Amino acid sequence: MSAARVVWSGFVMNLKMVGTSSFFLLTSVVQPVIFATVAFYMFKSGGRSGTLLYAALGAGMMGVWSTTLFGCGGIIQWQRWQGTLELGVGAPPSMALVYFPFTLANAFTGMYALAATLVWGRVFFGVPLHLVHPWLFVLALPATVISLGLMGLLLASSFILYRYANAMSNLLEYPVWVASGLIFSTSLLPGWSRPISWCLPPYWGILAIRHAALGGEVWGPLGMVVALGIASLVLSVFTFGIFETRARARATLSLT
Amino acid sequence: MKRWLSIFFVGGVIAYRGLFNWIRPAMYIPTMLGSPLFQLIFFTKLGQYAHAESRDFYIVGNSVQVCAMSSVYGMTMAVANERWYGTLGPLLASPANRAAVFLGRGVPVLANGLFVSAFTFVIGALLLGFRPGLGSIPSLAVIVVVTTVSCTCFGMLLGSIGLRAKDFFFVANLAYFLMLLFCGVNIPLNVLPGWMGAIGRCLPLTHGIAAAREVAAGAPLSQVSGLVWTEVGVAAAYALAAYVLFRVLERESRRSAVLDTY
Repeated sequence: MSAARVVWSGFVMNLKMVGTSSFFLLTSVVQPVIFATVAFYMFKSGGRSGTLLYAALGAGMMGVWSTTLFGCGGIIQWQRWQGTLELGVGAPPSMALVYFPFTLANAFTGMYALAATLVWGRVFFGVPLHLVHPWLFVLALPATVISLGLMGLLLASSFILYRYANAMSNLLEYPVWVASGLIFSTSLLPGWSRPISWCLPPYWGILAIRHAALGGEVWGPLGMVVALGIASLVLSVFTFGIFETRARARATLSLT
Repeated sequence: MKRWLSIFFVGGVIAYRGLFNWIRPAMYIPTMLGSPLFQLIFFTKLGQYAHAESRDFYIVGNSVQVCAMSSVYGMTMAVANERWYGTLGPLLASPANRAAVFLGRGVPVLANGLFVSAFTFVIGALLLGFRPGLGSIPSLAVIVVVTTVSCTCFGMLLGSIGLRAKDFFFVANLAYFLMLLFCGVNIPLNVLPGWMGAIGRCLPLTHGIAAAREVAAGAPLSQVSGLVWTEVGVAAAYALAAYVLFRVLERESRRSAVLDTY
């Protein structure tokens, strides 16, 4: 029960914090809308107007990933700058539990991206919003967002030891968009990259969301999203423990 | 004159070392090299999937555009970070020539932008099969230099806004992403609505990218001289606007005593 309270309080608190951040407004609304517009025009000029919903979903998921990535990359760094990292680490709940609601709130904020690109596409490009499996879409979306949040938690744990976590955030944005096939098929990528895609929750998440919206098998990708989310959670509990102990031992916890 | 040049070059380099947040290799490599590399791959593959334009269209467009990463963010940091670090007051209290202080900061940013752009072109050649004729490379280099100058002048304008704006990184990020949309980087201007094309033609990059594409396709530099001179004109206009804005905001900040406030 107290764990649930920690999660809820942290979630609400961080949601309020990111809700007032212009940076999050940029990554969760403005940037996805710009990328969606670029994609719409590229698809239109290529004569693939029928795939505009595909582009809108992809651009929205790109925004979900960006928000998760920058939020999770920033958690440790921002706490360092604010001088609250030690307080979080010193609190009785495990570090993973303290920071899980933060990553969840970041991923949740990313859902604005999907809403923004769908509304933008509908209003300015006439993108049809007919969903083939609306109920499965409603199921696939939160499952994907939570799974991305858990993946973010795993990333955040590794950033405890890394002083330049924000650099890794800058680096990892495009590669995950590419490897997950968020807006184009991964069949365009070399064969060796396929196993990397399979390990990424966004890859299965966009498949589940896309199939729910445009038609196709949803349960398989949805199961993989959930499985990878759980795997990320389990791994992050271990990595948080290991990296936290190492950072305490080296006295580098608050090192900026 | 010697003092002016000293402030221009030495001051510019010192400011760059002190104020450019991403100068350490651990930051520079992922941000300034890794990100453009994957941006290039992303848009080239997206274009391939959309059946929109040829592969070279995206390689040239993005390889030129990535110079804006240095120009926009670098110049914003070079000016606005003075305020962030609390050194703006002492800087503006000094008798140093403002033009030398301000314009000198663009030189390292320009060099960095050229390096990032060249790196991305090389990646395009190594990973994506970009093969411009050997004869077109010097012309391509001239166009990239002009375009990077133009972007740096645009960055100066954004940096000047940072003298007063509360969240200058928001402005820099927004400008960078909008350039991807408006400047013909991944979408031909004739595909965009007229008003978007018109905005794009007033921005840096647009004419430079168009010229670079023609040169990469085999056209001589003389054939695209109109585009190149237009880019030079855009650069001059932004440099002037940036300098005027810098002086106006400096005076206003002094007058209303808000130099270091947020």
